[in-house]
Amino acid sequence: MKHLLSIEDLDRAAIERIIAQAERFAEVADREIKKVPALRGRMVLNLFYEASTRTRSSFELAAKRLSADVVNFAASGSSVEKGESLKDTVLTLSAHKPDAIVLRTPWAGASALVSKWCDAAIVNAGDGKHEHPTQALLDVYTLHRRFGRLDGATIWIVGDVAHSRVARSNVLAFQRMGAHVTIAGPPTLIPRGIEQLGCEVRYTLDELASADIVYALRMQHERMSETWVPSMREYATWYQINARRLTARQVLMHPGPVNRGVEVSGEVVDSPQAVITAQVEAGVVVRMAVLYELLAGAREPRAVSDRAPVAGVAAAGGGPLA
Amino acid sequence: MRSVDPLVSAAQRPAELLLRDVRVLDPRAGADARLDVRVSGGRIAELGEPGTVETGEQELVEGHGRLTLTPAFFDPHVHLRTPGQEHKEDLATGTRAAAAGGFGAVIAMPNTDPVLDSAPLLRSLRDAAAREARVPVGFLPAITRGLQGEQLTEMAELRQEGALGFTDDGVPVQSAGMLRKALQYQRLCGGVLALHEEDRTLSRGGAMNEGAVSAALGIAGIPTVAESTMVARDAALAGYEDARVHFQHLSCAASVDAVADAKARGWRVSAEVSPHHLMLTESDVRGMDTRMKMHPPLTTETDRHALIGALRAGTIDCVATDHAPHARDEKEVPFEQAPMGTTGLETAFAALYSGLVLPGILELGLLVERMTAGAALFDLPAPLLALGEPANIVLLDLDAEWIVGEHGWQSRSENCCFAGRRLQGRVLLTVAAGAVAHRDRALATVEL
Repeated sequence: MKHLLSIEDLDRAAIERIIAQAERFAEVADREIKKVPALRGRMVLNLFYEASTRTRSSFELAAKRLSADVVNFAASGSSVEKGESLKDTVLTLSAHKPDAIVLRTPWAGASALVSKWCDAAIVNAGDGKHEHPTQALLDVYTLHRRFGRLDGATIWIVGDVAHSRVARSNVLAFQRMGAHVTIAGPPTLIPRGIEQLGCEVRYTLDELASADIVYALRMQHERMSETWVPSMREYATWYQINARRLTARQVLMHPGPVNRGVEVSGEVVDSPQAVITAQVEAGVVVRMAVLYELLAGAREPRAVSDRAPVAGVAAAGGGPLA
Repeated sequence: MRSVDPLVSAAQRPAELLLRDVRVLDPRAGADARLDVRVSGGRIAELGEPGTVETGEQELVEGHGRLTLTPAFFDPHVHLRTPGQEHKEDLATGTRAAAAGGFGAVIAMPNTDPVLDSAPLLRSLRDAAAREARVPVGFLPAITRGLQGEQLTEMAELRQEGALGFTDDGVPVQSAGMLRKALQYQRLCGGVLALHEEDRTLSRGGAMNEGAVSAALGIAGIPTVAESTMVARDAALAGYEDARVHFQHLSCAASVDAVADAKARGWRVSAEVSPHHLMLTESDVRGMDTRMKMHPPLTTETDRHALIGALRAGTIDCVATDHAPHARDEKEVPFEQAPMGTTGLETAFAALYSGLVLPGILELGLLVERMTAGAALFDLPAPLLALGEPANIVLLDLDAEWIVGEHGWQSRSENCCFAGRRLQGRVLLTVAAGAVAHRDRALATVEL
């Protein structure tokens, strides 16, 4: 695996490999010294064109726990505000020879584009409303820890699907792992044609009881001013996940940050059914596994193969690329 | 009301050519035969059985029956980006691209900077074309000042200065009341009103067709009803005012239905379709290649088939490229940030010949008819391959294969949706307004 651009590029085996690696790293988090030398001497560049605290800090922590060097580059307050294009910014930063670039932008496909412009491994940390693959991986990891296999499980993703990269990545990832996915939300926020991803579509929560897992999406306040929904009050009336709707056997997930009283009620967020903090914890170990997969997995054999062939070396360097 | 020739190009030496044993194909003239064709003094001077026309001082091209001669194509919809955006295209490069694609004349759109909306600007553009244009160019000034949709341009004066008609292409007239006034005013000034149909309250924010692909990519979609409802509305307005309108770059089945309905009622409407809408679909947007981003967006396979059927049936009257050049750095950005448009002049014939004629979907004669029909829609004489007619001809090698872009571009821009494709059918020679406007490098290798 050279880049992580989209869940579409991952088959079930690849997802399971990352989950297994994340489980090994979970043990590191419990140590007194939370660090392994796996990526010592490697450089990870966080390039963020959108505000993000949890995703960025989670990537930063993941890289540091693997002993990589981390450089954070936020678009605000930088040359980007002076009108520099994405390509020029990436070419400029590539001069520092990062081994991986973690990229968050408001534009679909930006990560795939950047992967053609530079040698670094690209990790898509959110490209517009397209995908957020590490979120999906950490969600699968969280569920895997709780349930084991997801085969046959029913997962409802509820809310503003139209503007959610999390929804798109999760529909793909959950289905890859054998789950049945239903998306539900106001008709104005369910994109036409989304059912072709293989999921079911509902406009009410009448059948929510059929879900094993309920995944609530963040409802952004600006959606109201753009008249996607008449009011937050009406949205909450019809789509809020609350104690009345969530049954005792169901698990509640949310990508954060939570709007208490809008898409979820405070009581369910604080209930034992919510695994929201487990998701945050999973974020670090899953991102460690992703960085490890991209950087440690691929680099060493390449260094060997770059040299002139010497008897015996090929066998010694028999890594994944050999 | 027109008082000057609406088409202008730089004066060039009249062609002196003998095209020996070429297949002459002109459905409008009822011609499909192997002939010798002599061009002299800018006119078709002689037509005769192969080997019967005497060689003179002219340049000789041996066709050996393998090369095809048709009327030069006519493109009623190009963006030459002049004035204001000459880094994308100018009159010289744009008309060179046209000639390379076999087009003998083109009509330029007014969404320039400043907008072509006044007689002085039209005069200066026509002066520039008289110095720089390789093939004749006609102009469609704006319907409303600054493309703002609020106040009519001085349409009567613009017509006197050579305007072929009017359009707010790119920033379409939203208000039915505004458009109705333009349709009424047409009784005074004449000229076709060419309409880019798009209800912006439906399309706003969208970057591609709305459907399964946009849903999967998380890119806001433009529903096809954004176009078709406006086609239906404006056809009804044209019918009510008995006005003449031309619908630009149709992209979907519903718009085809609306045009068919208008024609059945006897309303004076015509329509065009682009090679990219005939050849590509929203599936080609999956890779988020910005060359696949255009307005209207690429639609579904069902829509594509409806467009092909309408072109064959004549519901859609002609092909128009909507040649829309953009600089490389403007297109080398994420899909949602990229400007809309693809270049098309240099690939139109080969794309449609390869995609529609070779598989047997459309006959070559019909394709030639549809690629030349735009002239008559704008009240210009259709190019005719007949004795004594002005020489507006294109010589084609229908067997030649090439990879789009491999020889570079005549256009200043290279944002072509067909780039990298292997196509069949090559333009060898274009004669426009009686002068050689393009000569392909491969022509030298044809035995002279």
